[in-house]
Amino acid sequence: MANGRHSVVIGVLGLQGDFQEHLETLARLGVEGRNVRTPEQVSACDALILPGGESTTIGKLMLRFGVDQAIRDLHAAGKPIFGTCAGAILLSTTVVEGNVHNLGLLDATICRNAYGRQTDSFETDLDIPVLGDEPLRAVFIRAPRFEALGDHVEVLASVDGEPVLVRQGNVLAATFHPELTTDGRVHALLLS
Amino acid sequence: MSDKALAPGKREPGKQYTWREKVGLAQMLRGGVIMDVVTAEHARIAEDAGAAAVMALERVPADIRAQGGVSRMSDPDMIESIMAAVSIPVMAKCRIGHFAEAQILQALGVDYIDESEVLTPADETYHVYKHDFNVPFVCGCRDLGEALRRCGEGAAMIRTKGEAGSGNVVEAVRHMRTVLDHVRRLTTLGTEQLMTEAKNLGAPFELVKEIAETGKMPVPNFSAGGIATPADAALMRQLGAEAVFVGSGIFKSGDPAKRAKAIVEATTFFDDAKKLMEVSRNLGEAMVGINITDIPETERMANRGW
Repeated sequence: MANGRHSVVIGVLGLQGDFQEHLETLARLGVEGRNVRTPEQVSACDALILPGGESTTIGKLMLRFGVDQAIRDLHAAGKPIFGTCAGAILLSTTVVEGNVHNLGLLDATICRNAYGRQTDSFETDLDIPVLGDEPLRAVFIRAPRFEALGDHVEVLASVDGEPVLVRQGNVLAATFHPELTTDGRVHALLLS
Repeated sequence: MSDKALAPGKREPGKQYTWREKVGLAQMLRGGVIMDVVTAEHARIAEDAGAAAVMALERVPADIRAQGGVSRMSDPDMIESIMAAVSIPVMAKCRIGHFAEAQILQALGVDYIDESEVLTPADETYHVYKHDFNVPFVCGCRDLGEALRRCGEGAAMIRTKGEAGSGNVVEAVRHMRTVLDHVRRLTTLGTEQLMTEAKNLGAPFELVKEIAETGKMPVPNFSAGGIATPADAALMRQLGAEAVFVGSGIFKSGDPAKRAKAIVEATTFFDDAKKLMEVSRNLGEAMVGINITDIPETERMANRGW
């Protein structure tokens, strides 16, 4: 997103979760991030990030305040949407475990807390060919796991053969938290 | 929990947990409400209302205050029943300095341990050395020095203490203002002043220096103790709390499910007066509050710990 063009607004859904970390990542990349919580604010964005957090909480708040429809409209308009952890859960078509009001914009079955509880949270290095040779440090917190992906979903990174970063059209989803490290390459992918 | 087997864990057995892994969950709880629950049914009500996590304990602080006696870690069976009832993170409390209770809670697999002044302290001199544990800890504080001593011991989340079980937000306000005023003050000091400041605070120098540079607390800073209404939650968020703990305020009120939901919404839309007005309507009776001056100094929970 070259400077000089009309300024592009990346919304970060601020209903609950680590939206602040996403805003800080965007700021490091020199892009304007905006904390958005209402349907009107979501509609005004050129791209949207669904942060990590508690997917049941965020889903309920989206539904109660009509934000879910605004996100679907944004998706239908072809705007890029990126979800991390809880955000990936909310984007998926099918959620295993727990009652989540998901958006169904990513053709995937995803299982919440799939590796266990907090004591099973972990960090690891990921090889992500589209981001270059240097591995990306990834933090998985009570992470979900993709159990099935549709034919049109492209896998960008895996851990032991399990997909952790995927893309389908204008939707990007990570089961880890690129916003918790200072490596902004995944966010840059959203912007490209 | 579903009966489905979990995917194999990705952790190397015995591998030290990184600071990022411990603080990470606290970061995920930002903008949310952590609710005290005493039964699996309460836990489900909390989850349905949109709680970001629950705190499993045998008695809410208001009952601990009313019934007196020594208050201890809850029965593992009771905590486990709550872990089984909900899919959101579950925290549990150990007594200040009671590292054996903390070991038990870690073995149980709770997501966070609250080394809490709400329970009767087990050690009046030393807190738990929290770096020794894999499970992350949250600790209470009344001022910045206390917060940073806990971080120095390994707390990955801080909550201001307020006065638990009082239904009175005044202490929560006092503690949050005290902490954040001091954070702001540190950013105005010259480098040569920081060691003296650390000495006066009784806080680790490195953390004092870090705050002076960043203007931010080293770990997420939540609010607890006395929050009883959506407006209370919004007040604490506007004062700078990144999330709120609600103890007795929900299940000691007339309509817990409705109040819980309203507090969740108020925590998210803390700066939107119109939404706050809407969510504050018709919530039934709030918990009965206590004036702090009516609580004898010796019975104030906030004074536990140092």
